[in-house]
Amino acid sequence: MKYGYYPGCSLERNAIAYHKSAMAVAAPLEIEFVEVEDWNCCGATEYITVDLLGAHALVGRNLALAAQQPDNGHQLVAPCSACFLNLSKTDRYMLDSPELAEKVNAALAAGGLHYTPGSVRVRHLLDVIVNDVGYDAVAEKVTRPLQGLRVAPYYGCLIVRPGYQGVFDDPEYPTSLDKLMRTLGAKVVDFPLKTHCCGGHMTQISQSTAFELIRRLLKNAADYDADVIVTLCPMCQLNLDAYQDAVNRHFKTDYHIPILYFTQLMGLAFGIPPKELGIGKEFVDARPALAKVGAEAPAPEAPRRKRRPKEALPMPRMPEEE
Amino acid sequence: MATATTTTLARAPTFLDEVIAATPGDPHLELCLQCGTCGGSCPSGPDMDHTPRHLFALIAAGMKDEVLRSNTPWYCVSCYYCMARCPQEIHITDLMYTLKRMAIQEGLYRESSAAEAPEFSETFIDLVENYGRSFELGLATRHYLRHHPLDVVKMAPMALDLLRKGRMDLTPRRIKKIDQLKAILAKARELGGAA
Repeated sequence: MKYGYYPGCSLERNAIAYHKSAMAVAAPLEIEFVEVEDWNCCGATEYITVDLLGAHALVGRNLALAAQQPDNGHQLVAPCSACFLNLSKTDRYMLDSPELAEKVNAALAAGGLHYTPGSVRVRHLLDVIVNDVGYDAVAEKVTRPLQGLRVAPYYGCLIVRPGYQGVFDDPEYPTSLDKLMRTLGAKVVDFPLKTHCCGGHMTQISQSTAFELIRRLLKNAADYDADVIVTLCPMCQLNLDAYQDAVNRHFKTDYHIPILYFTQLMGLAFGIPPKELGIGKEFVDARPALAKVGAEAPAPEAPRRKRRPKEALPMPRMPEEE
Repeated sequence: MATATTTTLARAPTFLDEVIAATPGDPHLELCLQCGTCGGSCPSGPDMDHTPRHLFALIAAGMKDEVLRSNTPWYCVSCYYCMARCPQEIHITDLMYTLKRMAIQEGLYRESSAAEAPEFSETFIDLVENYGRSFELGLATRHYLRHHPLDVVKMAPMALDLLRKGRMDLTPRRIKKIDQLKAILAKARELGGAA
């Protein structure tokens, strides 16, 4: 199976672990990803805040470049939920509004490009893995089942809502990631907030708003004794992982829940060495959780400093594994 | 996007018409039942000065200044919960983006409690226009120095960790055909006006 691939800015750096693990599991599943040549940023939630036509033209360039790829089966895969949303949104609105399509194409023409709406189908990586590859084919590759690992499946918002190119799972209580994790042998815990928001860019706009949203998710996963929260979006991973320490300081809590990408857990179950899956890039040490399934994860590349305030109440901690 | 609705009206366009016309597709805003499902579903609702339902009532009442001064659109986290649940299928998230653009054009956002949010977006766009890709270090540094200079010290350890883990670039990455992208965006601005 061959697809166009749009990594997006996050997967180049901040979410490099997602990119590495996606590539590592694609090979055994016989998926071939062809990266869109010279793609640009999707605009995140920022471009459309300031300039509507510019936002669609920005995305339109990516769609036009993807449509030019000779052999991608007219499908473009985005692992990042925000990129997935923006790419599918522009395509959908260009289809719905010929007037918008005309303007976007007039802008694209200034760069010698053209995009016919509907000519590329935008897919999220999870959709491709569960629906095109399928659970059975994934199960066949599992050599080290994640027996005993308690996983909270976190979908976030944008892959299930609003479904600009149709939905592949329920917008409020999806189960495809749950089934995928069970296929890997993991114990999936109930996670009622599985499609609640991580706060997106609110960490930059209003920290107290963002921290409350992050706290709710961490508490919900902790309430169900999850060893790990598994995610499919770089923004969700960054907010829950990199800000976990700051959230703990803000609320005087003591959560230590590692946040891994679903492709990293797939890779572990396939027997791929953790290092090749980008494990060790996370802020919250994943080693105690992964030791439960006998995976020896590399030490974190930059050990986290202990910054618990002295006045904080004593809280139970996950035992340190050295 | 101006739609046909503005040209077929026998009366002068109201603020409601303006908002609808500036939103792509048909946002169904005039169908709002005031049921409050949106506000009840909103994760950042408690920090908004008006819930989305309330804001839509203000729009229908033509209270433009009040609406464009509101922090509500700026606290929208773009999670699409309201949109998925709205019984009238109103494109609420798109409308929040429309209101943000209108607030920037009218300069009224400066009076809301989210006055720095538009500048965050503008800094992001500026970087994308120059490099074609987002650049987190540049974005965070510029934003923090401008709005939270004292917090730079607080946020620095995280930035350092991101750098050391290889999760952040020190310098931006530029796409090869940046001139092509610039030409496209310049044309879009010319065609779209400020919106």
